[in-house]
Amino acid sequence: MTQLPTHFESGQLSATSAARVTVVEPMARFSLRAGQGDVTAISEALDLALPTKIGQRTKAGATEAMCLGPDEWVIIAPDSEAVRLESACTAIYDQAPHSLTAISDREITVRIDGPRAADLLTLGCPRDLDAILPNEGRRTVFDGVTVVLWRDAEQEFRLDVWRSFAPHALSLLVTGCTELALE
Amino acid sequence: MLLIKCPYCDETLPELEFAYAGEAHITRPPTPAEASDEEWRDFLFIRSNVKGAHYERWRHVHGCGRFFNAVRDTVSDRFLVTYPAGGLRPAVDDVTGSSK
Repeated sequence: MTQLPTHFESGQLSATSAARVTVVEPMARFSLRAGQGDVTAISEALDLALPTKIGQRTKAGATEAMCLGPDEWVIIAPDSEAVRLESACTAIYDQAPHSLTAISDREITVRIDGPRAADLLTLGCPRDLDAILPNEGRRTVFDGVTVVLWRDAEQEFRLDVWRSFAPHALSLLVTGCTELALE
Repeated sequence: MLLIKCPYCDETLPELEFAYAGEAHITRPPTPAEASDEEWRDFLFIRSNVKGAHYERWRHVHGCGRFFNAVRDTVSDRFLVTYPAGGLRPAVDDVTGSSK
């Protein structure tokens, strides 16, 4: 098993003829919890239409949101947008009570692409990945670890892994990259 | 591997995304201080342990995070129906009849 360090800098972790695994640049991340009745008001404040179906994503500029549960969303944005999002939510808190929590440093994101990116993910993910269409995503499990999976194209994914689980989850991806290339 | 339908995600997904959470439809005594020792013991420890259709709670822990209820046949391990937490308990005849 590949032993990875516990601290990750952005950059390529592994690249073979099968797939590439790249740690992406840090970004702002928020966990949003809100009731159904408050979604419209929060969408207007954020200037981003929050998706209402689990697994759907929406994008406005560089800010992206994905619905994770009936009352839960994850929002990602460039660092420069973080203050605007936070203050927009604070401003409507009285009218639309919600919880917006900064989780930027809780997770790291890796991009997985290449001709066999989907095969690589099946090493740890028991789900039928064909059911997740491009431009959708899900929260799911990868090798026993909860991850948020974003499918950007047929063979291009992003995986948000909690920082403390990253050495475990990413070492399987790195090993898998090598093994799939040898097949 | 069991395939379980999450009523919130509306998808049938592998068991590995879920966690079992005990028997369903067990009501906590509203005023525990007034409950007798026997009532409190029954609430904490006494479970039906049925052979056949079992009403139980599951949590989609690696997904939407929600608790929901399921009826599972403890003999065949087949899931007869799943429904949102807080929903009414479906009659055994309804769920077993539809599975045969």
